[in-house]
Parts: sequence; structure tokens; C-alpha cells
Amino acid sequence: MSEKSRKKFLYLNRRAPYGSVYALESLEVVLIGAAFEQDVSLAFLDDGVYQLVEGQDTAGIGMKNFSKTYRALGDFEVRKLFVERESLEARGLKESDLMPIVWEDEDEDWAEKPSIAVVDKAAMAELIAASDVVLSF
Amino acid sequence: MRFAIVVNEGPYTHQASDSAWQFAKAALAKGHEIFRVFFYHDGVNNATRYTVPPQDDRNLQKLWSELAAEHELDLVVCIAAAQRRGILDADEAKRQGKDGDNIAPGFRISGLGQLIEAGIQADRLVTFGD
Repeated sequence: MSEKSRKKFLYLNRRAPYGSVYALESLEVVLIGAAFEQDVSLAFLDDGVYQLVEGQDTAGIGMKNFSKTYRALGDFEVRKLFVERESLEARGLKESDLMPIVWEDEDEDWAEKPSIAVVDKAAMAELIAASDVVLSF
Repeated sequence: MRFAIVVNEGPYTHQASDSAWQFAKAALAKGHEIFRVFFYHDGVNNATRYTVPPQDDRNLQKLWSELAAEHELDLVVCIAAAQRRGILDADEAKRQGKDGDNIAPGFRISGLGQLIEAGIQADRLVTFGD
């Protein structure tokens, strides 16, 4: 696909990873969508920030723990994960509570670079406004 | 303008599918194009032909099927979401060893790539249901 026809896709994740199917079905779209070579960003806000918290354990609720999939996003060329600072703070979370998610930069001898960027509400609003296709989950 | 529509809620509990149908109908009446309507999450439940609402209520499945027939709309149901929720066409029913299918006329089951393609091809992608 030519550069001209690349669109900016933004996946907005606003719900906790368990309790509803939205986080899982959002991830399914992201993984399938990766094959289309678009400019992809993921945003995590509100309870959606819980999707990236490290050490998720679903044994007690009988749900599939799909949190490892986020770590594999770099292999799918999904490298831009934006987390809203205010949403973290409102839930007593810090960036260090999140999974270390990285992508490998082939231009720098496959150096691992962080995929997660914590941004404030204003930056998040700009990100949304600058996107062509916004899918909210 | 070329629209793509995403429906994320099933019929009747929420108004999302009604609103999406009204939007599609109004857009077509104004001469716009609907590239595709994609049904995801509980939205796949709009595609069963086995709903039997009271006679004095609207029949959403029929409304979608009729609109599709009239305007050759492409109504696509996400296969992964459909399988979780028991929406099957004849091929899938056979493949999964089920004793029947329930997909309504005008709907087809396909993959999530159809949603991404709709986002790429349409001028605007409009989502109904949260």
C-alpha cells in the first residue's frame, strides 16, 4: 500500500481488561489490522489503563489472561501506545506499574525501545484530533 | 461522501442499531454512499433471523435486510465475534458441527479485515454503540 493511502488509525481503549469483552475484542482488531500497514496508535485512558498493568492474574475469575499479547505488539509493528497520565493518577497508578512493552528498531541493530508513552489529557486530545479513523472500545 | 458504519450493540437493549439504520437510510436518501456496515461486539446479534419482536414493534433485522436489498448494502458480521455469540451461516454451521444456521438475508460473515478496509476506503467511519 502506498504511503499516500496510509491512514492514521487510533484505537481508544477505555475499559478494564476484564468485566467486559471490549479490551479483548479491541486487541483482536489491532492484531488483524496490523496486516494492513496503516499508521497505528493505541491509546489507553479511563479504566483502559488497567489493561497494561503488570502482573495480571485471572486464575480466580476463570477468564483467559490475554495480557501477554500486549508485549507482542512490537512484533506486529504496533509501536505507539499512549497512556493518559490523569487516568493513571486518578487510579493511584504509576508508569512503573505498567508492563515493559518494547519494540525492536532494525535501524539501530534491533535495539529495544519503549512503546509506551505517558501523555497528558491535552496531548491525548491532540492525538485523537489528528487521527483519520478512531475506533473506541 | 462515502461512509462506513460500525454497529457495536445488539438490537433492542440499546438504540445503537436503530440509530445506525436511521443514519444509513438518511445518508442514502441524500445521495451518499455506504461502503459497508460492520457489526462487531454484541452488534453481531442484529444478524440473526430468529428474533421475533412483538408485532407492534419494529423488526430491526428485517429493516436491515430490506435496506440491504434495496441499496445493495454490504452488511458484514465479524466472524470471531459471531462465533462467540452463536451467529452462524450455513457454511460455519457445517464446519462447527452445529445443527442449524441463523444468519438473516443480506448479512454475510467475514473477518475483522473488513472493518479495517472500511476505515481505509471510507471518507468517514461512524460508530454506533459504545
